[in-house]
Amino acid sequence: MSQQLRLMTRRSFLAALNLSVGGLALGLFPNEALAAEPSGKTGAKPKTGSEALEKSAPGLNPNAFVHVAPDGQVTIVCHRSEMGQGIRSSLPVLIADELGADMARVKIVQADGDKIYGDQNTDGSNSVRGLYTDMRRVGATARVMLIATAAKRWKVSPDACEARDHAVFHRGSNRTLGFGELALEAGKQRVPKAEQVPLRPRNELRRVGKHLPLIDGPAYVTGTAVFGADLRLPGMLTAMVARPPVVGGRVAKYDAARALEVPGVKRVLELPEPKKPYHFQSWGGVAVLAENTWAAMKGRGALDITWEHGENVSYDSGKYREELLASVRAPGTVVRNVGDAEGALAGAARVLEAEYHVPHLSHAPMEPPVVVARVENGTCEVWAPTQHPQAARTEAARALGLPEEKVTVHVTFLGGGFGRKSKADFISEAVLIAREAGVPVRVQWTREDDIRHDYYHAVSTQRLSAGLDAQGKVIAWRHRTAFPPIGSIFGPVNRPAEGDLQQGVLDLALAVPNLRAEACEANPHVRIGWMRSVYNIFHAFSVNSFIDEIAHARGEDTRDVLLELYGPPRVVNTLEALGVKSLRNYGRSLEEHPIDVGRMRHVIERVTELSRWKERQQDGRALGLAAHRSFLSYVAVVVSLVRGPGGKPAVDEAWLVIDAGTVINPDRARAQMEGSIIFGMSVALYGAITMKDGAVEQSNFHDYRLVRIGEAPRKIHVEIVPSEGLPGGIGEPGVPPVAPAIANALFALTGTRVRELPLSRIPPVS
Amino acid sequence: MPVYSFTLNGETVSVEAPADMPLLWVLRDMLRVTGPKYGCGVGVCGACTSHLDGNAFRPCIQPVSGVAGHQVTTIEGLGGETLHPVQQAWIDEDVAQCGFCQPGQIMTAVAFLRQNPHPTGEAIDAAMSENVCRCGTYCRIRKAIQRAALSTPEPSR
Repeated sequence: MSQQLRLMTRRSFLAALNLSVGGLALGLFPNEALAAEPSGKTGAKPKTGSEALEKSAPGLNPNAFVHVAPDGQVTIVCHRSEMGQGIRSSLPVLIADELGADMARVKIVQADGDKIYGDQNTDGSNSVRGLYTDMRRVGATARVMLIATAAKRWKVSPDACEARDHAVFHRGSNRTLGFGELALEAGKQRVPKAEQVPLRPRNELRRVGKHLPLIDGPAYVTGTAVFGADLRLPGMLTAMVARPPVVGGRVAKYDAARALEVPGVKRVLELPEPKKPYHFQSWGGVAVLAENTWAAMKGRGALDITWEHGENVSYDSGKYREELLASVRAPGTVVRNVGDAEGALAGAARVLEAEYHVPHLSHAPMEPPVVVARVENGTCEVWAPTQHPQAARTEAARALGLPEEKVTVHVTFLGGGFGRKSKADFISEAVLIAREAGVPVRVQWTREDDIRHDYYHAVSTQRLSAGLDAQGKVIAWRHRTAFPPIGSIFGPVNRPAEGDLQQGVLDLALAVPNLRAEACEANPHVRIGWMRSVYNIFHAFSVNSFIDEIAHARGEDTRDVLLELYGPPRVVNTLEALGVKSLRNYGRSLEEHPIDVGRMRHVIERVTELSRWKERQQDGRALGLAAHRSFLSYVAVVVSLVRGPGGKPAVDEAWLVIDAGTVINPDRARAQMEGSIIFGMSVALYGAITMKDGAVEQSNFHDYRLVRIGEAPRKIHVEIVPSEGLPGGIGEPGVPPVAPAIANALFALTGTRVRELPLSRIPPVS
Repeated sequence: MPVYSFTLNGETVSVEAPADMPLLWVLRDMLRVTGPKYGCGVGVCGACTSHLDGNAFRPCIQPVSGVAGHQVTTIEGLGGETLHPVQQAWIDEDVAQCGFCQPGQIMTAVAFLRQNPHPTGEAIDAAMSENVCRCGTYCRIRKAIQRAALSTPEPSR
């Protein structure tokens, strides 16, 4: 499904500009609003990018993303959210390179949530892979119009002109006109159709694939970057909410008397109960509004609430694990079939079977959810660290019963997202509170709130079975998977759907003649949501662990068996070859983005070369290998595991090779891979959200642990495969192979096979 | 309500606040100094790390009453006309991803390098182990600290 870039007429662009100017100017505009405020007093409304853009409104503005002013200032709108992936450095460069702009004269403005920009959902590792061509067209349109204007003025053919260094050049006469000199006249031209605009040859994209400066770096290191919690509006109150500890629970009764006695507490109000299905509704509960965060926190602590827990009060992670095990021990719904796996298993010389379990996980972005909202005179304005500004707008409008055009959503910097901040529940909640309050409200979630009221990564159990012939060759492969799917927040669903299983089950291109996959029942008891890499995490864990088990059972090397199972280099581009009825393929066709076994083999071969796989077991260290395709990119990881203090295994070194097609911003891609290793290590070593009596047992970083610097590998080696192919994803595909690589290394080091995460539950080895 | 005076980034400030109010909320909500971030509220993530009389501390678990008469420095008070060498090293190594934890990371690193200008890798890890980065920028944090340490000349003997 290609991103439909909505190209605007001039008039509608002006409308878009007026909307976009409401967007907070982040980073490049230091925290003026805060700095300008006198200490301890209520200050003015935060400044936005509007002033600069209003001044520059005349000029060339062929679409909602780019504007060239008569003084040569180029403004580019970044419509995707910045959460650490460097999108504000990557997307604008595509536009600027096509345009031929000088980045020193480019200003980047953060878009509000508006359909005029097309899809703004910053999710699914989709920004560059989904917008690579569209963003280039945005810039190319402006370039073509500037060239046409210059050519007309010089009375020469546009073909004899080129745009570079913020100017148009005529090759025949060496004449030059700056973009600014052309802007007004160019702006009067008809805007050509985006599809007809020629794109530059790749080698003319001067910055693509080069080291790009991190444009928000200075704001980050000086503390001036504006995150969600950093805004202050005049008369603003801070709210904290006591939410039902069990999903589906409700307030039976509450007494606010003690809370209202806390100095600074202004008001206590009850929130409406959400109705099934929960979507992105608020959670219900009781809100305490106060003059400052501390008063709100103390006030909330002083509430006396009796909860009615509802049907999920019996949710218990230990019991649920048994339920999932029982589920995968019985046949499920067949979602993939090649040949006759059951028959081949029955006739196999040897059958290997294993079960794997990965618990719920929480996103835990460094900045917990927070929203500033104001609802007055039938309009709503929201400032939020959201990955999905349009969904935030839709949900705010829905919660308030307002038309969407009455809601404005400004996007701040996100202090991490990982999928948590694409759910608009915290925004639905904040606008309801702001409406009741009648003044602007900042709803601040504590870390405990964040850990206990998340849309959790699904808990999962997998059962894998392999049939081997007399020579040990794998002739049958059966994968049963059970997890409560994300679809359960949208409707009554109790097993994975085919659409969920593109992530490492339906798209696993093994060269095995008999393949079968089954989706097994798993009832939801909490809100389930997508977390970085989503279902790929447990599918990559089980598949790569199982392949390691097969290799061990055959007495062979995992790398050789992995390559044998993937088979010879080939392109798998039909549903028939995969034995499936449909494949989402991350929103792209199989023709455009086939499953390319050659690319998979290459990353496996490269990562094992780089890590000197031949020396995989020596001197108290062992290597572990795993590989996975997700989000249209191919990643292989090797980790080196050593015995750390007290016999605790430690990741000493890691190698990661990714083939993501064309990479625009290699340094940020590298940074994402480094971060993926750490994120994957946290999943492998510590990640576990567990439930007792329907409520989450963990609360903060002491019991929902994340990897710290002393546990980070001494060195992370990242290799990006050079490619001019279509871009794949970057933000997520690095994570899935990490946990199985560690588990496989642990087996190689200690002989202990771990089929259940996290590894911290495994007793230390000596 | 009691009034507390202390020095904040070189200027004397006075606030009227309950004695037990953590300094983090005094800074963020009353004084509008938002460089120190809220990440955990219990002193385990380091996102709010600032300096109290030159030493790294956690404003989220430091009651305001305890800083009266003391010097508090936040990320906003670091450097002057130009960036502090540690901030510059952070930029040179392109450390930040989402950026949220980085003010706290930098404040920890600055206080640490004052005490140990030429640290070993182990010492860096030990000093920085109380600061969480969910994006996983640890390898670059190490490099940035080593880079900043290089900018401090070795003591002559």
